[in-house]
Formats: sequence, C-alpha cells, structure tokens
Amino acid sequence: MFLPETAIFCITLLVYGAILLLLIYYVLTLADLECDYLNAQECCRRLNFWVIPKFGSHALLCGLLLLGGHWIMFLLNLPMVLWLFYELHRQRRDSLGVYDPVDIHSRGLLKVHLRNCMIYLGYYFVMFFVGLYCLISSLIKGDPIKRYEDDEIITDF
Amino acid sequence: MSAYNQNFVPPAAGTANGNQGSSLVNGLPGAVPHHQQQPPPSAVAPASAQQYLQQKAQQQQQQFQQPPAQPYPGISSNSSLPPPPLQFNSNIANKFLPPSSTSANNGGPPPSTLPQHLRPPTANGPTSLTNGSNGAPSANSSRTASPGLIGAPQLGGLPPMPHNPQFAHGAPLPTAVPQQSQSVASLTSNMHQMNLHRTNGPSANSQPQQQQLPPQQQQKQQQQQLPLANPMAGPVMGSKPPNLNPSTSRVIGGPPTVGGVQPAPVLAAGQRIMYGGAPGSNEQQSQNQQNNNLQRAAPPPGAGTAWPPSLPKAAVPGIPPPMQTQQPQAQSAPFAQQQPQNTAQSAPFAPPQQYQYGQAYQQPLHQPPLPQQQQQHQPPPPTGMFGAQPSSTPLQYQSQPPPPSMQSQGQHPYAQPQPTSGPPQLGAPVPLNVAQQGFSRLWGQDTIDLMQNRHILSPATLPAPKVVLHNQFHESINCSPSIMRCTVTKIPETNSLLQKSRLPLGIVIHPFRDVNNLPVIQCINIVRCRLCRTYINPFVYFVDSKMWKCNLCYRVNELPEDFQFDPATKTYGDVTRRPEVRSSTIEFIAPSEYMLRPPQPAMYLFLFDVSIIAQQSGYLEAACSVLNRHLDEMPGDARTQVGFICYDSFVHFYSMAEGLNQPHEMTLLDIDDPFLPRPDSLLVNLKECKELVRDLLKLLPKRFAHTHDPGSALGAALQVAFKLMQSSGGRITVFQACLPNKGPGALEPREDPNNRSAKDVAHLNPATDFYKRFALECSGYQIACDLFLMNQQYSDMATISGISKHSGGCVHHFPLYQKTKQHMVDSFRMCFKRYLTRKIGFEAVMRIRCTRGLQVHTFHGNFFVRSTDLLSLPNVNPDAGYGMQISYEESLTDVKTICFQAALLYTNSEGERRIRVHTVCLPVTSSLPEVMHSADTEAIIGLLSKMAVDRSIASNLSDARDAFINATIDVFNAFKIAQNLPSGQSGQLIAPRSLALMPLYILGLLKHPAFRVGTSTRLDDRVYAMDCMKTLPLDQLMKFVYPELYKIDGLIYHARNSNASTTEEDDEEDPLPELPRLQLSAEHLDSRSIFLMDCGQLIMLYVGLNVPPDVLEAVLGISSTAELGDYVYGLPHIVSAEYDILQRFLLRLNYDKPYSALVQIIRDTSTAKGQFIERLTDDRSESSLSYYEFLQHIRAQVK
Repeated sequence: MFLPETAIFCITLLVYGAILLLLIYYVLTLADLECDYLNAQECCRRLNFWVIPKFGSHALLCGLLLLGGHWIMFLLNLPMVLWLFYELHRQRRDSLGVYDPVDIHSRGLLKVHLRNCMIYLGYYFVMFFVGLYCLISSLIKGDPIKRYEDDEIITDF
Repeated sequence: MSAYNQNFVPPAAGTANGNQGSSLVNGLPGAVPHHQQQPPPSAVAPASAQQYLQQKAQQQQQQFQQPPAQPYPGISSNSSLPPPPLQFNSNIANKFLPPSSTSANNGGPPPSTLPQHLRPPTANGPTSLTNGSNGAPSANSSRTASPGLIGAPQLGGLPPMPHNPQFAHGAPLPTAVPQQSQSVASLTSNMHQMNLHRTNGPSANSQPQQQQLPPQQQQKQQQQQLPLANPMAGPVMGSKPPNLNPSTSRVIGGPPTVGGVQPAPVLAAGQRIMYGGAPGSNEQQSQNQQNNNLQRAAPPPGAGTAWPPSLPKAAVPGIPPPMQTQQPQAQSAPFAQQQPQNTAQSAPFAPPQQYQYGQAYQQPLHQPPLPQQQQQHQPPPPTGMFGAQPSSTPLQYQSQPPPPSMQSQGQHPYAQPQPTSGPPQLGAPVPLNVAQQGFSRLWGQDTIDLMQNRHILSPATLPAPKVVLHNQFHESINCSPSIMRCTVTKIPETNSLLQKSRLPLGIVIHPFRDVNNLPVIQCINIVRCRLCRTYINPFVYFVDSKMWKCNLCYRVNELPEDFQFDPATKTYGDVTRRPEVRSSTIEFIAPSEYMLRPPQPAMYLFLFDVSIIAQQSGYLEAACSVLNRHLDEMPGDARTQVGFICYDSFVHFYSMAEGLNQPHEMTLLDIDDPFLPRPDSLLVNLKECKELVRDLLKLLPKRFAHTHDPGSALGAALQVAFKLMQSSGGRITVFQACLPNKGPGALEPREDPNNRSAKDVAHLNPATDFYKRFALECSGYQIACDLFLMNQQYSDMATISGISKHSGGCVHHFPLYQKTKQHMVDSFRMCFKRYLTRKIGFEAVMRIRCTRGLQVHTFHGNFFVRSTDLLSLPNVNPDAGYGMQISYEESLTDVKTICFQAALLYTNSEGERRIRVHTVCLPVTSSLPEVMHSADTEAIIGLLSKMAVDRSIASNLSDARDAFINATIDVFNAFKIAQNLPSGQSGQLIAPRSLALMPLYILGLLKHPAFRVGTSTRLDDRVYAMDCMKTLPLDQLMKFVYPELYKIDGLIYHARNSNASTTEEDDEEDPLPELPRLQLSAEHLDSRSIFLMDCGQLIMLYVGLNVPPDVLEAVLGISSTAELGDYVYGLPHIVSAEYDILQRFLLRLNYDKPYSALVQIIRDTSTAKGQFIERLTDDRSESSLSYYEFLQHIRAQVK
C-alpha cells in the first residue's frame, strides 16, 4: 500500500467537492443558455473545456480506489466513470464535443443536458457524504485517541 | 421581388411598381422594370378609407349607419354616378344597373360607402375589375393600402380606383346580373347575416371563373368585357398569385343564406345551362374558352349568390351526391351530352383512344369550371380530388355525419363550400343518406376508403387546406400558405390530444420568398410587445384606442401616439387602418436600434477549384462567363466588393489594386498555415475595378487550362477566405470538383462503389468536424458559404456540405459535370445565373415566436441556432425553406387561437436593415376528428421528410424508412379510433380526405433517392437529396418527392382546335386547357401520346412509340421517334401552335421555380427511359412495393 487509507479518502473527498463545484458551474451555464444570456457557441466551448478534466479526475480517483483496495467505493464509482466514457465516445466524428452548439437547441437536448447535470449533482452529493463517512471511519478505525496506548504505557510503567 | 415595396412614411417617398403585369409574367426579379412613381394621394385615400370602414364595421357591427369617412375623389371623377350618400342607395343603384355598367370603364357604379365586406358583391364590381385587369393578383397588394399599387397605372386602362381588400388575386367582381335583383332585397335586409357570411363572400368572388352564365349573357358580357380583357391577364400571370396561395380565400357559402330561397332553382338552371348548353361546335368551344379567360375579369353573376362558385361539383349541394355516386351506366347518359365540353377542356388529340380511361376525363365534366380554376393555379375543388376514378370502381365514401358543432361552425379544412343554411334546403329533397354524404363532403369531413380508390390523386395541384378562424377579417389576411404552413390547420388543445392523433406538429416556412407588393413600413418605433417582443400583427386584440393585447403572451401593451397616425392618408384616427394591422406579411425598415454595426455592404468572394479534375470538367469556363455576364446584376450598392481565389495544391490570390492594368496573381505555398499575402485589394470594389474583374474572369479559365495538379486544398482556401471576409461578413461561393485532399480538412474517399445498393447506407455523417467548425466560425462573423459541387467522383458531400449547413448557405450539386454535356452546362448556367441575381439578405437572424403554451422544439434547414428561438442566418436567400417542430409546454384549453410569428431581420443589398414579419393564426380545437380532418398532408410530408433525414443521420437509413411506414400506420390507426370504427381487420383502409394522399407521398419518399434502398444510388446524390429535403421550400419539395405527370395530348388538341376556329384570336388570350394530373404509374402511359413529367429542376417529355407523325412534327420537329437520340435535352424551336402551347405550359410549370427546368426528351425505346420509369413511384419495382401493395401492407398493420 503506497498511500495511507486516510489520504486516499481525503483525495476522494477533494475530487468530489471539485466536481460538485464544477457541476454547479455547468448548471448555471446551461441555465444561462436557456435564458438566452449566453450564446450557444460560447456556452458549449466553456462546458466542453471541462468535460475531459471531469472525466479524467473521476477515472483517476477510480483507479486510486482500486489500488487502495477499497472495492466497495470502487464499484460505487465505476458506473459513473463508464457512463462518462460512453458519453465521450458516442459522439459522431463531426461533433464538437459532448455539448455541440449545433444541436444543443434541437430535440430538447438542452433539457436533457440540464437533467443529466442534475442527476450528476445528486450522485456526487451522495458520494461526497459516502466519502466523508469513509474518511471519518478510516480516521477513527485505528483508535486515534490512543486510549489503550496510554493504558499500555501506564501498565508498562 | 420586394422591389415593389412602398414606403409608407414619408408618403412622398412611396414607390410604386407600375408594371406589375409584366413582373408577373416573367417572375424573375432581375427582368422586371421598376417604374417608380409617387402615388396620387387621392388614390390612396379611398383605399384606406374603405379598409378602415371594413375594419371598423367589423368591430362595431354598425353596418348600416356608417357614414363615408372619406370622399372618394379618385372614383367619383370617373364614375358616371355620384357617390350615393347611403349604402342602400348604392346597392339599389347597382342593382338596377345593367351589366354593361359594371363592365365598361366609364360606367362603373359608384363605390358604396359600405365597408367592402358588407357590400353586396355588385357594389364592388368596378374595383375588382380594376384589380383583375390590372393583373396583380396579390392579396397583399389590395389589402395593405399600398399607395404604389393604387397609384400604379392600370394596365386595363382603368383610372385608379380604390382596391377592394377582399378581392385578392386580381379576382374579378360580380357584375350586375339579373339574378342579383332577386337577392338584393334579402341582401340589404340581411346585412347582418351578410357580414357573417362574408367569410365566404369574398372568396366566392375571387373565384370568378367558376361562375356559369347563361350563354347569351356570356356572350354579351364577353363582348363588353373584350376591351377590358387584358392580354396580360393571360394564363400565366393571372394564374399565379406569386405570394398568396389562392386557397386562402376559398370559402364559399355566404350566398346561399343570403339568397335564402333562391339557390335551388338557380342552381338547377345553372346546371342545365352548363351541361345542356355546352356548345358542340368548335367556335362555341373556343368562345367558351375565351369566356373562361374573360371571366377572370368578369364578375360572377348573381353576386355570387346564385351558388357557391368555387365548387364545381359540390356547388350544387343537393345535387352532387347522386352525381358522385353515379354508377357507370348512369354516367354514360350525361356523357354524350357533355362530350363537347369535355373535348374542349381536356380531350386528348386522339379521340378514339381518349376514353380508355375515360372516367378520368369524364369526371371533370361535372366540374365545368375546373379548368379555369386550375389555370389560375387555384386549388381544385376538393370534391374533384377523388374524381379521377375508373368507372369500374364507384366511389365509396364513408360518410360521417359531422358533429353538431361542425354544423354550426361550418368548418371545412379543404375549403369546401359551406353553405350555412343553404344545404338543408337544398338537400331536403334527396334521400337522407345521400344528403348526409353530401354534408360530410361539404364540411370536408368525409372519409375515403383508400383500398377502393386507387386513383386518388386530384387532377390538379392540390390546395393547401384553408384555415377557418371564424373571423372573416383574419381569415382573409392570414399568412399565405406558400410562406408559412402548419401541419394541422386546427391545433389540438393538449399534448395528449396531439399524441392521440399521431400527427407531427410543426410549421414549414419559406420566409424570404419573392413576393409582390409587400407592404414596407418605415417608422420611428416599431410597435412590439414589451414582454415577448412580438411585432404587432393583425391578430392582436385592441383593448381600446390606446392599448393592445399581445396575442402571443397576452400582455396588455400601450400603443404609442404615432401609431394612431395613418401614413397612407396622413390622418389621425383608427389604429386598424395601419398596414401592420392589415397585413400578416409585412416588412419594416428598421431603425438603428436593430443594428449592432453599420449595415454591411454586399461582399462576394468566389473560390474556384482549379485542380486537374476541375479543369477536366471545364466548369470554370461556364462559371466565369456567367459571372462576367451578370456582374452588373448582382445585388448590391456602390460599396459592393468582390474577390476571387483559386486553389489546387496551393492557393492563388488575385490582387486588383488601383493602378494595375492587369490582375496580379499571388500564390500561397504554405497551405498548412495559410495567411493573407497582402491586406488589401484582394477584395475590391466592383464598381471601381469592374474592368479588372472582367479581365480576370476572362483570364482565369485559360490560366489553369493546362494544370496537372491533382491536389485540392479546400480547407486552406476556406481559411484564407475567412480571414479575408472576417471584417465585414458576406458570401463565400465555393466551387468544388473533387475530394479535398490537401492541407487542413483533407478527406479520404469513404464510399464503396460496390455497396451503393446495400440495405445499410454508411457514411451519411461527416468524416471530420473541420468543416462544421469552420461554418460555425463563419456564422459568428456573418459569413455564409455556398457550395457548388460539380464532382466527377465521390467528393464526400456529407462532409463538405457542412460549410453551408451551419452557415446559412445553400448547396447545389451537378454530378458528373462535363463541359461536353451541353445540357449540364445549360442547367448549371441557369442555376448560377439565378444564384447570382436573386435577392440576398445579409447578417440575418430569424426568430420564431409562438403563443404561450407552445414552443419550437427542433429546427430544420441551413442555419445555426444561436439561442432557443433565434436562428442565425449569415445570408438568407429566396430559395431557402425551413421547418420547425413544435411541442407543448402547457395545454391550450383556455385559448381559441394560437399564432406563430416569424420575424426575419436582415440587411438588404442596398445596405438597409429590414425586418420581414410573417404571422399565421390557427384555431384550437378539442376534438380529435377535427384535428385529423384538418391535417395538411403536404406540410406533414414536408416535416416528416426533414425528421427522417435527421433520423437517418443520427441512427440509420432503415430506421428512417421504418419511421415513415410507422407514421402512416399510426395516423390511420388514430383515425380509426377517432372515428370509432370497429377494430380488427377489414377490407378497408379508411382515411380522412385530408390525409388520403399520405400513403402516396410516403411511398414516393420511400422510393426517393434520399431514402431508397436496393437501387444503386451514389452516396453524394443521396446526401444531396437529403439536403434538399431539409432546405427546399414546400412547393418545390412536393415536386421533388412526387413529380407531376401530365399527358399533353390535351394541349395539342386544344392548340389545333383553337387554331381552326379562331385564327384571328390573339394567342395570348387563349387560356391553357387544364390537364389532369396523373398518378405516377405506367398504367397511364400509352404509346400514342406524349407525357410530361415535372420533377422540379428537370422536366421529362416521354414520347410514346406510336405518336402520330404530325404531332411529332409539330412539337418536336421530327417525323418519327426513331430520329430522337437517346439523350435529348431542350426543345427545338419550331413554329407551330402546338409548340407554342407547349412552351406556354412549360412556362407555367416553371413559374414558381427559382429557374426554369431543363427539358429532357425521352424516346420510348431510348436508354434514358430508365430515368423516367424509376420515377413512376406507384409501380412495383424489384425492391419496392407498388402503391396498392403498400396500401395493403398499411391496412394489414392498422389494427
């Protein structure tokens, strides 16, 4: 094991927090587009910029959890990573990204994107607390107050 | 054609086109002389006063005591009688006027002071004569109080008269005919009712050719009309109101009520006269024809009250059912009697053969007026739609008694005659079930068993269904169906109702269509809703004189002070006189708030592919010579700039700086990182450097004649073109002849030629995002890219066309272009000429607004959707159509009507910022059968084809094909449920009349190059066909999907006949006979006839093997079919009556098209026959079903 358990969960928590903030930014940007405060091209350019970092960070996190041997956390994260991967790779060859300015306004795609963002938000929100729980439990697992150590010291003494 | 714009403010600046007649004749914007003149104010006043009256009266319902608001100087000066003070007088005066008084110039009755729509038709007589002889058949023209129109010199020699707003399409008005005197009493006493029925009244008059006069009267009238019968009112111009589909005003029925008791006897008489009195001699026939012509200018008798004129068969509400259900033997009786009429109208020239499917000809016998109607390109009577019917299969209508609400509303999607009180009286004597059938047909609610009626296509161009709004004023001014059409003419109340009907909801729109007499307004502030920014339109509600309620968001807005001012009359008064409120298609000259930057000049940049393949095809020569010839006709002002770039493996620039006496060429070798060799003089002012530009155009073809460079660096050329145009925006025209294979955006061939007929078509998607990205960038800088692809081999249209798709451009495709193929060169020249000279709008945006509760869901066409309802169109051209799918946001239970408004903001070539606004208003209904009956098949097909293209790109082709079939099955299923028909299999396939043609068109689509499988189709051709589906305006799309087939024997017969009888007759006055449209099946072909198929950009003449030599001689100048080659294009020039009439027929077919179609002559035994046969989509082919089989397939699926 190259990293202590707590460190892994700290990273997990940080990644979740960052993605949550990013998703709030996504929702705001898409809402701007819906309200016509933003040009579709500009909006998609902004959103597409963050698609890869989002996917990459989550994929790295997944790998980290796997290496750390946290199987349950890994399995919880895997579906989202697979979905993001699928989303990236189902694009057609002429597509300008996950958010394509040309058809974001047609076939209710904007609504779909907004809905997806909301689902992501919910997922990461839950996962954030799961991560928090894991962190705390990993912190208290090793008897952080070291009561028994003290006892031992006393008895030894 | 918006050269006919008139500015309303200042009135002195108002321009008028004095030559509307000629403009209509050639239909080409460039060819129209523009006479501009200032409208005489006196002529302006009466028109607007009348309109004011009309509007006013409508609102207040005070018809009787309406004092004349304005004197009628223009009229009283030329009318023999002084204007009567009260409208009663005028009615009476008119009533007793002999017919001659209305038809003669000087004897015109004084205009009634009544608002137009309240007047008995006679009172409108002279106005409509003006209108008719004027030959300006535009509803807009007359409605909008356009000073120019009124001030225009009347071709008929009539002095300026007020235009009757009601009588659109240059429709003649009723003359005073004796019958009228009978009805006038009831007319005047029933004014109120009259108002009610005015819905129908005006259109009754707008179909003057429908009327039937007693022979002697006809003759008399004819003589009187003769001086008036303007040769310009000939078939071509009179026949095509370019901006308004005639069907908008096709409602009839006022008369029967007004005339209360009369209709029946009169009708009977009319019938008798029509059939019994049908003259047998040639002379009489020609007179009839001439009469038909004249009747365009002649008013219908009996003030249109005698019977609803627009319906041949159903004109006689009581009578038609028996006629419709006639058994063969019953038909044979009238046949002999009617034969002369028949031959006069549509008889083929070989009488012994003409009856082999004689019923097809015979049916029109019951509709004597039909030919003229078709000739005016007015929609045929719906009853005639299923008229062409073999006698062996009697018509079987499933008559559905209309719901009671229908009776009161009298709604009828197909603009059927709808006598509100007439039919019960008329129908009383006939047996009940027949009467019911008649009813349901009258209300357009009848159904039809498709299995029994295989010959379902109407003999004429099908009308767009009429929108019925229960508001006569609104109906008369609703947006023309040729501009905006919805897939249903009654909007379902809720989404669930729409889902039940299984119909697609959407609009197809042709916003920049060339229209005549477009009202143009210049005002300081354009009145718009504060909340939703809707432009004020005729369908808003005026709370009082200071407030108006938006019809889209229902906000109550204030009216600015100056809106009270009527620019036409320069008076303060009623807001309803404003042109904004009087026309649903209008153009504003935008003030500076609508500009983000000064309006851009016209900028044209041409990119020529000069690789070796391009040089072999030799397109450059043709392109340069056309450009050279039409350099002056390109739209633009003094600031117009042009530039040229050629590219092979490198990019060649041409500098035409001042002081140079020859253009300088600069070659850019670094195509991976292209840059501009010099900042200026690559785009030069056309006016200043015209000589240099001409030199260059002469030099270019020679310069690259001997090139051997196989490369084509399209991507690099586009990038430098973008840099060149970046600062101003404009149009880039790309000529590409091969696959771009160098530099950025290089492509690889993807198509497998052996796989062209495979079931799964791959590579419909672009191969790279380069072109799309480029187009989006262009769109941001107001640059549009148009593509002319003249490829020899696979050039990946799917990828390259991205530059046009997302930048608002257009795509033209000339596959296998070779300079040695003269017909291709001609076709390209015509296309390119139209392209260069047509109108253009720069830096345009279009916004579609709809009533709260609805929203636009998906857009189809070439543009970039910038925000939810805003389309960015760097360029807009008059040949581009768009489609939108509509979805529900909330239900529409509390509204009666909904509106769609399309506003197109653009910079015209003169650097003026303009806004063109179209508004269409549709009623809302809560009944499923009503929705189904109000469906508009053509619009549905237009929308379905666009959706299918999306589907085949997003998914695959077989999905799209399945979707077509499923859509058809679903619709018929839904109709079965709506009608409560027993479920389960039966031998029938019941369809509402409105949707009866859907399977036919769907089959046409399935066999279309865009969607067919099993037949070898080049990938580029398929992609181009798909692109056309997305971008063609609806009228052309329908020809593209289901070509029109005619048997031209009728023309030849007509030509010979009229020749023999009336040699001294001016040919121009001779109307074209109406040819029935044939279904696309080989069963209609025969070896002794010539057939004409109009596929849009190609017209094919199919010459049978045994066509009589004299016909061949007269039409084609050959003595036997053996003299025809395999591939013959273009008609030879021959002097003969038959040839003339064929030319006129072709002219008429080409009238609506952007440029005239190429004519191909196909001999029965030629190798080109396959091209003709493959378009016979009703027939079975190796890999596809015949129409009947397709119907059976549908029927088996309908539960």
